[in-house]
Amino acid sequence: MKKELWVITGIVLDETIQFTLLELCEYAKTSQEQVIEMVEEGILEPDGDSIHRWRFDTKALKRLQIAMRLQQDLGVNLPGIALVLDLLEEMEALRQMQGR
Amino acid sequence: MEYKDYYKIMGVDRKATPEEIKRAYRKLARKYHPDVSKERDAEAKFKEVGEAYEVLKDPKKRAAYDRIGQNWREGQPFTPPPDWQREFDVGKGFAGGRATGFSDFFETLFGGGFASQEGVFHRGFQGRGEDQHARILIDLEDAYHGGVRLIALNMPEVDAQGRIVSNRKTLNIKIPRGIQSGQRIRLSGQGMPGMQGGQSGDLYLEVEFNPHRLFHAKGKDIAIELPVTPWEAALGATVPVPTLGGRVEVKIPPGSQSGAQLRLKGRGLPAATPGDQFITLKIVTPPAASAEAKALYQKMAELMPMNPRQDMGIDG
Repeated sequence: MKKELWVITGIVLDETIQFTLLELCEYAKTSQEQVIEMVEEGILEPDGDSIHRWRFDTKALKRLQIAMRLQQDLGVNLPGIALVLDLLEEMEALRQMQGR
Repeated sequence: MEYKDYYKIMGVDRKATPEEIKRAYRKLARKYHPDVSKERDAEAKFKEVGEAYEVLKDPKKRAAYDRIGQNWREGQPFTPPPDWQREFDVGKGFAGGRATGFSDFFETLFGGGFASQEGVFHRGFQGRGEDQHARILIDLEDAYHGGVRLIALNMPEVDAQGRIVSNRKTLNIKIPRGIQSGQRIRLSGQGMPGMQGGQSGDLYLEVEFNPHRLFHAKGKDIAIELPVTPWEAALGATVPVPTLGGRVEVKIPPGSQSGAQLRLKGRGLPAATPGDQFITLKIVTPPAASAEAKALYQKMAELMPMNPRQDMGIDG
């Protein structure tokens, strides 16, 4: 019997992808209020001068997802999250520079 | 099934106060949080600590756990006492939070694996499955050519009784051409199953490259160190260089020094504008293994005296 090879194709979250506020909420499964709070705190920095024109890149999605987990799992508050995210990115950059 | 020593996992005494337990949990959760920790088994440790806390923070569960006795050791084969009454019918009311799939030990004692961590994640998406995040290691060649990779994930699934059991799930994943390290692939609907007909969550795979013998990727660019002889560097030469797409010929300009960089445009990872390959020259000297070779080096020293340390502020 021939075994069927079922191949799943995903989408690559690269720099060509942008999300509106609604799309970002849908992807991260969260509320607009939470995203707005994070923008106000500077955790997320969308392009666009008004909320209706906000565009988020895929990095923002990743930051948002990590932020939500830090909030849930460790009870970190918003300023704390902003700090952790910046430090994590700095660490990642250093690791890249070291060539791992 | 193996006994779990929740006190040992939390690193607290059996007589620890609720405050001590909470402190220990906070500390361990920070240490092993998968987003922050770089420890290899952080995810597993984080789950284990979460499970231990789930029991020890709840006076009823803790008392029940304590009644099993303290003569058990971590990892010892365990069967619950015959008179064990499961007082914790917790299979219902699952809120679609971070159901991480607790151990068999937990589930036998306390019922279906649900992980309510202080009810902080009621996000208005009841019934919808949680997103899953995983990291996959692929070869640079896979990223260059694209391909299909079989991956295996531990995926909590809901069984017929509505309980969550951990299943090994294998997926054939398409690796898109030109994917870069650190990029994520989103597989819609491949995350945790939803409850009661709810939508499944999504699966996010973060790509990382296996270390490569020759190439080192930085974004879509590829770096390589190319050994050359002193005469190739001094006189110039055309030498073969490996690239992900196969061997190419590269012109080394005359008078090149060690550390000099050459760029092969478009020979990096594929993209709308493909990446480049950067070559760093590394001059390798032949060993002075024979009398003739030694004489030749001597002659070079006489003919071409140089002081490569003259800018270092030292003499000689």
